[in-house]
Amino acid sequence: MSFINYASREINCKIVYYGPGLCGKTTNLQTIYGRTAPESRGKMISLATETERTLFFDFLPLALGDIRGFKTRFHLYTVPGQVFYDASRKLILKGVDGVVFVADCQEERLDANIESMENLKDNLEEHGYQLENLPFVIQYNKVDLPNLSPMEELQSFLNPRSVPEFKACALTGEGVFETLKAVAKLILVELKKGAG
Amino acid sequence: MFGSQSSLVMYDEEYQQIVDLAEKLLREANSKAVFLVDRNGQLMAATGETEHLDTTSLASLTAGNIAATGGLAKLIGEKEFSILFHEGEKDNIHISIVADRVILVVIFDHRSSLGLVRLRVKKASDALGDLFEELARKSSTVGTRGGPKNPFAEITDDDIDNLFR
Repeated sequence: MSFINYASREINCKIVYYGPGLCGKTTNLQTIYGRTAPESRGKMISLATETERTLFFDFLPLALGDIRGFKTRFHLYTVPGQVFYDASRKLILKGVDGVVFVADCQEERLDANIESMENLKDNLEEHGYQLENLPFVIQYNKVDLPNLSPMEELQSFLNPRSVPEFKACALTGEGVFETLKAVAKLILVELKKGAG
Repeated sequence: MFGSQSSLVMYDEEYQQIVDLAEKLLREANSKAVFLVDRNGQLMAATGETEHLDTTSLASLTAGNIAATGGLAKLIGEKEFSILFHEGEKDNIHISIVADRVILVVIFDHRSSLGLVRLRVKKASDALGDLFEELARKSSTVGTRGGPKNPFAEITDDDIDNLFR
């Protein structure tokens, strides 16, 4: 649910990075943080365990620029990926404007990807959202590793509707901004439709 | 305005009224800062000593806090905990939910007390609640005839593309 503020002439939108544990959601945000001009970003907050696994969420506010005199700001959140943190995951999806699903392309994580995608749909439905109606993109992460699932297999399980998809290596930054831009653009197009 | 999938909208007129009420609460409760945050973590208004505070992070964490304690409440059979209080060495935070919709945050130190803050928050909540009711009614008419115009109605694909150049 976007927030349009006429008083400060700002539009704020919420993007959630979803996916199985250790797929690289937090790394996506860290890369975006590291490569964005300081004046365009806020502080990155990570609520993580001592071993740096996300416990509640990571949060990064970004300012993209102006549209018709309105500052557009995106609030990026990640969810904890581990299966047993489902309650926290559900809470973070509240009011989401767009979702990025980060898939871990390693062969042994195929099941985890599928389980996480099912979990995303279930948790969205509990908030009354349908994934089909939300701006949604998929990122195939860790494509630099040797033991990958075949791309066709990943696509058939995770992306049957052919939403925008990107190959990425979140550590080096490959595909990270392409993913972010794609979901941000879908959100803005959706807002435009809603205004019509 | 607070339903799923629709936008939350804030207008100049209501914003000014909200800031006025927040400033009144700030004075009457002898507090350091007052914030209003929507449940999804967006900062709606801030007043008082806010210049050294990261207000965006504060808003996001407050909403996360409310969501997490709401989850806790449900586990023990409560609808939610409507007031949260965090006590620090110097500063304290009082968090409450206004009219089921908006989160009211008051930061105060030894110059005030929990009792005074609770009392003033209760009074301010009624007035803020009425105002948010009005705002909800108004923003449900956005884009309809006679209602305010949505700034997105006229943006073009080029406007969107230009953001990413």
